[in-house]
Amino acid sequence: MSAATATSRIPHRLKLNLQAIVGRAYPRIVGANREPSWIFFEAILPLLGIAAYVFIYKALGDRALFGVTDPAEIARIRGTTNSLIATVVLGGTMVAFWLNVLWSMASQLYWEKEIGNLQLYMMAPMSRMALLGGMAIGGMFMTSVRAITTLVVGVVVFSITLQVSNPLLLLGVFFVTLIALYGMGMMLASLYLLWGREAFNLSALLEEPIFFSSGFYFPVGGFAKFGTIGGAMLAFATAIPATLGLDAMRQIIVPGGPVLPIPVPWSQDAFLTADVEFGILIVLAVVFLFLARQTLAYLEMLARREGRLTSRHQ
Amino acid sequence: MDFAIETRDLVRVFKPPRKLIKRKNPNGAPASSEGPVTALDRVTTQIQQGELFGLLGPNGAGKTTLIKILCTLLLPTSGQAWVAGHDISKDPFPIRERINMVSGGETSGYGLLTTRENIWMFSQFYGVPSRVAKARIDELFKTFGLWEKRDAKVRTLSSGQRQKMNMVRGFVTDPEILFLDEPTLGLDVNASRVIRDYVEDWVRKQRGKTVLLTTHYMMEADQMCDRIAIIDHGRILACDTPENLKRGIRKDTTFRLEVDSLKSTSMFTGMRGVKNFSAKNDISKNTTSLTFILEDESPVSDILSSIQAQGSKIHYLQKSEPTLEDVFIRMVGRNLE
Repeated sequence: MSAATATSRIPHRLKLNLQAIVGRAYPRIVGANREPSWIFFEAILPLLGIAAYVFIYKALGDRALFGVTDPAEIARIRGTTNSLIATVVLGGTMVAFWLNVLWSMASQLYWEKEIGNLQLYMMAPMSRMALLGGMAIGGMFMTSVRAITTLVVGVVVFSITLQVSNPLLLLGVFFVTLIALYGMGMMLASLYLLWGREAFNLSALLEEPIFFSSGFYFPVGGFAKFGTIGGAMLAFATAIPATLGLDAMRQIIVPGGPVLPIPVPWSQDAFLTADVEFGILIVLAVVFLFLARQTLAYLEMLARREGRLTSRHQ
Repeated sequence: MDFAIETRDLVRVFKPPRKLIKRKNPNGAPASSEGPVTALDRVTTQIQQGELFGLLGPNGAGKTTLIKILCTLLLPTSGQAWVAGHDISKDPFPIRERINMVSGGETSGYGLLTTRENIWMFSQFYGVPSRVAKARIDELFKTFGLWEKRDAKVRTLSSGQRQKMNMVRGFVTDPEILFLDEPTLGLDVNASRVIRDYVEDWVRKQRGKTVLLTTHYMMEADQMCDRIAIIDHGRILACDTPENLKRGIRKDTTFRLEVDSLKSTSMFTGMRGVKNFSAKNDISKNTTSLTFILEDESPVSDILSSIQAQGSKIHYLQKSEPTLEDVFIRMVGRNLE
């Protein structure tokens, strides 16, 4: 192929891949919102889980207020309670993304194989990353609609005060967290297809421990108080983009200072700031996207060589 | 001569999964007794541009494996293949831009999307401009009688409508080479006719369009295909025009019989003068239909005696012109079904 031909093919391939991303995102953006039942099941129902934690924190706050007469102390306790409740609402909102990554994104290629789409996708000229990218963007959009609904209802119902200190950083953290999370989902998608049904057991096994270790419902920095085991939990949790993303967002939008921030491993007194967490999230996003590309290329090679991955019943 | 498809000594061997080989039964024997399966055995063929080429073979003959290799979904174990001039192993992307495939009984797409949205989505994976795709979809929907269902959700379609939608998916990208794997499987007469007519028109009325068709229906292959390859156990046994294939066995004698249901047909195997035969039982009528390819008419009396020796009554006996089915029986030694 001449250099001129190769250069002229770059815009052609770019256009093709962009079209493919839009095409694959379409069913998730349009199709998934056609069933109004999602409003109840995916936006309202998660509020029940959030409410359970909110009432615990409210009760703890009320107990701490018992006998306190100093107005400054009362304001401090109320501020902390508000921070904890805001953390829960924010975490409960982000749960939607984690569930979407785990059950929809990671297992999507497996389902595509089962319904017969995968071999049509593999036969098409688009890049395989465009296929996964379309799935991820569609998933992000679909889940954002659900998450924002939960967040708005949560803020109104539980009367929490949010104060955004750095809107640009907040947007940056949110989007990089999503890219890292969905990059992880893209990588898992290929692995789940390789492992087949066993992978679903892995998802079920990981779901609750990751809710716990990522601090969806409490400030995860609290693990540092539990010695070596707590430290190990924290180290494991920080490899999951949701942990750092949630902590950074909590630092940016919850007034009254950090609630149990994540300590820096090599220092007793320093804590991870939102800026540092943003930086780590960017690294995680790049690493997961790179790994997703590699695992997908390996999967395709295996599919063509062994012929057992893209066809149903094989 | 430009070939749309060319294969040279194509071999594909499927090995059983390693975990099945490693797994042992309680007696220590391997859990899987199956060894490697040769799905394609030195397949060499050339399909010209503009040709409607048929591939006939029983289940497990290697038809789908060949199509998957040519569609770049599978690598051959050895041998080479070129599609639209590109090597399927080394250069799959230019091939993917020029081909499409439709399989019978396919359930692709998403039930929540409408039929139009579904086809539009697939067209985007091939870079068809959105406006062009929508115009083609409307035109194809009218041709295939799906216009009324254009805004229906995919999950509400019947299997026949779904297969028509799959055909639209195949044509919407306007491929140079189209692979059709049993496209009329399970469809009613009208739906099959619409598909057959459109495929024939598509190849005949445009320059350079090529179709590789696999089918179970002899009549379909006979009526549609310029050339037919008969494949069994991964080997191409014959490849020619339907007329030449039939002419090849015209010197043989073909007899068809319908008799009371036979308990056994083993006595015909190796009978002097019988080149090949097939038997098909019809449980509802309690009869057996037999087709014999004979060297000449001399074995007929032996055949009739054998049937009567089983106490079976002969309903009819007919000497006939060879059909494509007879060619198949002669080559493969059994019916397609």
